[in-house]
Amino acid sequence: MNTNILEMRNISKSFSGVKVLREVNFTVERGEIHAICGENGAGKSTLMKVLSGVYPHGDYEGDIIFEDEAMQFANIKDSESVGIGIIHQELALVPYLSIAENIFLGTEVAGRFGIIDWQKVNTEATKLLARVGLDENVTTPVSQLGVGKQQLIEIAKALSRQVKLLILDEPTAALNDNDSENLLSLMRHLKGQGVTLIMISHKLNEIAAIADRTTIIRDGKTIETLDMSLPTSTQERIIKGMVGRELDQRFPERIPQIGDEVFRIEHWNVHHASQSDRLVVKDASLNVRHGEVVGIAGLMGAGRTELAMSLFGHSYGRGISGKMFKDGVEIHARTVKEAIKHGIAYATEDRKVYGLNLIGDIRNNISLAGINKLAVQGWVNGNEELKVATEYRTNLNIKTPSVLQLAGQLSGGNQQKVVLAKWLYTDADVLILDEPTRGIDVGAKFEIYTIINAMVAQGKAVVVISSELPELLGISDRIYTLAYGRITGEVDAHTTTQESLMALMTQENTDKDLIK
Amino acid sequence: MSTALSGLTHSLTSNLRQSGIFVAFVAIFILFAVMNPNFLSPTNLTNIVLQYSYVLVLAIGMLFVIVLAQIDLSVGSVVALTGAVSAVLVIKQGMPWWVGVLAALATGLVVGAWQGFWVAFVGIPGFIVTLAGMLLFRGLTYTVLENVSLSPFPSQYQFIANGFLNGLFGGAGIDIFTLVIFGVGILGFAVSQWRSRASRIAYNQHVPALWLFILKILAIAVVVMWFGTQLAQNRGLPVVLIILAILVIVYGLVAGRTVFGRHIYAIGGNISAASLSGVNVRMVTFWVYVNMGILAAVAGVIYSSRMNGAQPSAGNMFELDAIAACFIGGASTTGGIGRIGGAMVGGLIMAVLSNGMQLMGASTSTQQMVKGLVLLLAVAFDVYNKRRGGARAA
Repeated sequence: MNTNILEMRNISKSFSGVKVLREVNFTVERGEIHAICGENGAGKSTLMKVLSGVYPHGDYEGDIIFEDEAMQFANIKDSESVGIGIIHQELALVPYLSIAENIFLGTEVAGRFGIIDWQKVNTEATKLLARVGLDENVTTPVSQLGVGKQQLIEIAKALSRQVKLLILDEPTAALNDNDSENLLSLMRHLKGQGVTLIMISHKLNEIAAIADRTTIIRDGKTIETLDMSLPTSTQERIIKGMVGRELDQRFPERIPQIGDEVFRIEHWNVHHASQSDRLVVKDASLNVRHGEVVGIAGLMGAGRTELAMSLFGHSYGRGISGKMFKDGVEIHARTVKEAIKHGIAYATEDRKVYGLNLIGDIRNNISLAGINKLAVQGWVNGNEELKVATEYRTNLNIKTPSVLQLAGQLSGGNQQKVVLAKWLYTDADVLILDEPTRGIDVGAKFEIYTIINAMVAQGKAVVVISSELPELLGISDRIYTLAYGRITGEVDAHTTTQESLMALMTQENTDKDLIK
Repeated sequence: MSTALSGLTHSLTSNLRQSGIFVAFVAIFILFAVMNPNFLSPTNLTNIVLQYSYVLVLAIGMLFVIVLAQIDLSVGSVVALTGAVSAVLVIKQGMPWWVGVLAALATGLVVGAWQGFWVAFVGIPGFIVTLAGMLLFRGLTYTVLENVSLSPFPSQYQFIANGFLNGLFGGAGIDIFTLVIFGVGILGFAVSQWRSRASRIAYNQHVPALWLFILKILAIAVVVMWFGTQLAQNRGLPVVLIILAILVIVYGLVAGRTVFGRHIYAIGGNISAASLSGVNVRMVTFWVYVNMGILAAVAGVIYSSRMNGAQPSAGNMFELDAIAACFIGGASTTGGIGRIGGAMVGGLIMAVLSNGMQLMGASTSTQQMVKGLVLLLAVAFDVYNKRRGGARAA
């Protein structure tokens, strides 16, 4: 019998013309723990979605061989039925149902006439909880449990379906050290019971501690698979594999003219919006100067967006503490309105959900945040508004026949320009741009970079959050790295490398009080 | 000529929903006119205005609520309550008519603030808050009236809903004053349309061809002037029509030209984007409900004046007519889209349908079924259009 439980051969997958996976080959041996590493957007999650049937057969190219048989999954149920289980980063439990009900959701043990045998359900659930080492009453609603325990229930749920291959997507991202440790030992335990595990993770020392082999994915391609027992499989080697991204992008020239400091935060702490005992930003201090582009680099879950939104009028998080200075004077911005008044702007990473009114016209979208500039006693000067919108259309090259068109009809790049126009019109002098080029084509990216250069040429300060390291290196003057809520480094963008950034971005927290 | 035609089709298709409603309205109007000669008579047209004005007033307030992606089910009860408060003061206590009007408006304001508080600051969905309000204010109406109807109002109070302005400039068989007011109104409309067209041209925006523009203004002028002539041949200009016209103009401006109006549409279009742009979602929501309460009070005054008294069961189901008017008039069920003008046409469609069917002797049950189907089809048309639009964008 083949020692491989799974072979994925030449898997390719595109989204509306963009290739996300390019002929990926991926092999997992029976009974191993196999880690997958890669930057945000490298294609890890897409690959796992192909494997678990989220993207059905026919939606991708290539073959999946599971236990020596070619598989053609039409949905998740198909993959579950042969013994593949996936646990996503966002847990998928029903909060108001009990532990037992959640475990058997969709596979209820029903007797005659479809009536559920609760006795049997609860007994089975109790046995499964014992297997994952969780001591809880199975009738407890899952909403009463913490994230760590909920994850164990997800695993119990997978075990109830006789899982042979269990996929965990960043299983420890939301856990504290204790829970992480528990989970890792459970994974070893399950391996001992013959379950094969695939783990997507950014935490390199976790991978070193637990994985038998590691596959590195970059730009939708498999770079290499390392045998972790060999001394050559170092963290440096993994980082090198993750970041060697091709520098095919062009960046507009800019001669930096950096002035005095305009914005600074000191000892900034932010707690999670719903889990109030979890710190998502810990003791962050940073500053930005007139005419400067400052990059923020961090992997998924590092707290980049949480940091940015908490600065922007406390629009994310609770229990926020720390000091904020504008032009050397301490300021307070507890609402978005106050933040705007202090000249701070934040362009969101998800423009469709948080940035634009897609059923509103371009003109009204541009004027929304700075509408008071157009109004006298609450009455908007419509002619002036039209003039302003038309000016921004010309200056930022928003490609539309008319500013009276709906924002939803624009392409991604042009929508992003509308978002930038909105914030430029507020006369902000600190602009925080969260993933400003996400999901837009190369030409539009260049235009966005040009706009950023024009902003700093006027003396504005720009903070760019990005998952793409080449982009950060190409446009920034300075870069802060963020890992697990902490600022782990501050580097000169003109002299640093992708490798050293990634090393800082994956640096583990050494103190235990990050999650307290 | 071909570009002019393409301009015509463009302006029709780009506003398919709105223009579809106008076409439907005209079609229904012509249908009833053909089927019953009395339909177009001066008396009947006056009656339509008098009978449905309060629903149109409610629809103005309701439109803001619906654009905000909320709902108000309590307005029928608020109409009854405000009318009752006014009746108790004026009829029972013998106070002057204007005290009743002010007290009704104050009651509406308090009711609106109450509901706005629960929706905006406590975060309870408007559906629940106003469902509770529907029961609460109906019960209060019974309490205030002590379970009996009150009537009659003094003649000044009755004048609000049943009065006419006429005879100022004389005229034999036709009231000159009414004609003058209509003429001035049309002129004002034409001038404002011309100015907005001119500013669009100044900013290089797309405008329909000049002949098309003039044709449109002329057509509207002819129809409106004809309507004015009909009114002038009957009893002149109804006071409620003046109240309604003022409200439509004022709220049309609020919707289109004020920061407050912008914020309502921004919240309805994308609440997250609005709040991340500095819009105070809670305050806007609060004031929209306050406004709805005040307009419900205006409707309450008009209705009690027309009924010449207050009944505990007054205003029953008015909320549904007002909501239907907004949706038939093109408001989106998910918020962010809707116009005052559309809601007025939607309300008029309901009014004309009721009136026309009444003239033809259709039973109340038939009338309700027809109105229900019209509402369903209008929204289905909207959903169908959206889906097609979505498919085209993707």
